[in-house]
Amino acid sequence: MKKISDSAEKKNNSIRMIIKRFKRHKLAVASLYFLIFITILAVFAPLIVPYDPNQVSTSFSQPPSAKHWLGTDQIGRDMFSRLLYATRISLFVGFAATVISTIIGVVLGLVAGYFGGIADTVIMRITDTIMSFPYILLVLVAAAIFEPGLWNIILILGFVDWPGAARLVRGNVLSLRESNFVKGSIVAGMPSRHILFSEILPNTVGPVLVYATSVFAISILDEAALSFLGMGVQPPQASLGNILNGAESITVLTGKLWLWVPAGLMIILLVISINFVGDALRDAIDPSAKEDRI
Amino acid sequence: MIKYIIKRILIAIPVLIGITILDYAIMSLAGSPLEMMLGPKTTQAALEAKAIQLGLDKPIYVQYYVWLKNVLKGNLGYSIKNYQPVSQIIREHLGPTLLLMGTSLIVGLMIAIPLGIYSAVHRYTKRDYALVTLSFLGSSIPSFFLSLIFIYLFNVKLGWLPSGGMKTTGGDGGFGDLVRHMVMPVMVLAVSIAGSNIRYVRGAVLEILQKDYVRTAKSKGIGRFLTINKHALRNALIPIVTVIGMHLPILFGGAVIIEQIFSWPGLGLVTMNAIIGRDYPVIMGVALLTAAVVLAANLITDIVYALIDPTIKYH
Repeated sequence: MKKISDSAEKKNNSIRMIIKRFKRHKLAVASLYFLIFITILAVFAPLIVPYDPNQVSTSFSQPPSAKHWLGTDQIGRDMFSRLLYATRISLFVGFAATVISTIIGVVLGLVAGYFGGIADTVIMRITDTIMSFPYILLVLVAAAIFEPGLWNIILILGFVDWPGAARLVRGNVLSLRESNFVKGSIVAGMPSRHILFSEILPNTVGPVLVYATSVFAISILDEAALSFLGMGVQPPQASLGNILNGAESITVLTGKLWLWVPAGLMIILLVISINFVGDALRDAIDPSAKEDRI
Repeated sequence: MIKYIIKRILIAIPVLIGITILDYAIMSLAGSPLEMMLGPKTTQAALEAKAIQLGLDKPIYVQYYVWLKNVLKGNLGYSIKNYQPVSQIIREHLGPTLLLMGTSLIVGLMIAIPLGIYSAVHRYTKRDYALVTLSFLGSSIPSFFLSLIFIYLFNVKLGWLPSGGMKTTGGDGGFGDLVRHMVMPVMVLAVSIAGSNIRYVRGAVLEILQKDYVRTAKSKGIGRFLTINKHALRNALIPIVTVIGMHLPILFGGAVIIEQIFSWPGLGLVTMNAIIGRDYPVIMGVALLTAAVVLAANLITDIVYALIDPTIKYH
């Protein structure tokens, strides 16, 4: 019993250390608060927004005012409401795609790294193959074949973006396999399922989490690019990318800044905040990497 | 050494085969070329005749084999839209894309390398943090949003630069005209290249700076300039060169979007138009070509890396 509480306490301690080291990065802490704030706004958007995002009204193309904080578009929809709903969709797409690609990457990486042999060779060659194709081209082609739409975009991004995670996990597993505690378990005759999921997996969670933040950021950027090109989330459903799509028309680009600048700024703020958090997390989880460099 | 190179090439072969299979599979998934070629009024008999003519009545692996044989001969098929050979379309548009990508890569690295070194040398100072933050900003701005801002600023507001194309219509062309058209797309691509590379260069230089030979050079008293530029930088260049190979697919992906926005007449624009028009032979021809180029570039960087750095482990 005592041993279990000991290890639980040790775990608590290490999490506390990670939080302490994370807090040293002021920009990352601010970014985290920003992300939490935006996520709450996005999740509760239906309760917060002053207007229905798809409700057409007669006040066309109004500049920002007290009534419409970010103005209205050509068919009189409230842009503030649309921006919140778009953020909601973009965050959801990014998050779901990251979850899918991380799960695929982790499973394939674990299998390749732990079992080695044919499984390793086949998985890594597939990984190399997919990584050779220009990523955005593969996504665009897939979007052209399967009808563009919310769920298809999530699935496409999720199924194309796993090779990085697979490589990372495989590398980690290979080095963990050589560690004494795993060797000990192998000698003790532990089933490989136990070694994989109770010993190796928990030790790769940190790097995978850090990697997942960068995938999250990239997925948001890719969804925006796809929707901007008209191959992603389809109107009238708003996404940060398809709001920007409107700026391809010259009258919007030159005369109606409120229709496109806020969506662009929102993408930048989201992506840069996620990147800052990921970078600080990398430092907090693996401080040795930094100490070495000093 | 030679064993390592042979092994590296042998590993590349299944990947190349995988690329062609994936390419062919996507193309088959996209639908039968018959449906794309023929109108709704064609008779069943004509369809069957066409199928036999195109070899579509044969099993899929025979079709793949025939297609692969054609690809190896340089025949990538014909565009559904205008019946031009795909290889000819690629040849005609490759130049502008290479020009755009090459210039952007050079400009991007010319920004990233000095700033990355500066950041590493002045690590944990305010200037370092500012540069790292700036590099995060560079890699967080969607390229299409930056393009829109540039067009708004330099074309609409200031009227300095043309908004798209490669030369002024009716103009005499000329070098100055080309440069004016290149400034905006190159700047957009260079910002994203610099953004992701400043931190990479910084990391590589930091790693080298704590090596023993740098400490020796420093303690010899040859001065900070020589220590950094002669001893540290040369060694840091090896990982920096390697990363260029890794950037090729990203760079081409960026070019697809940038060429679309600036109507740059390169492969990216052709690809985007083919995607919108579902012209699959063209899309897959370009995809096959770029994947093969990326594979070759990775192979070359790996081999060059092994040649330059004798301490690398060959496994």
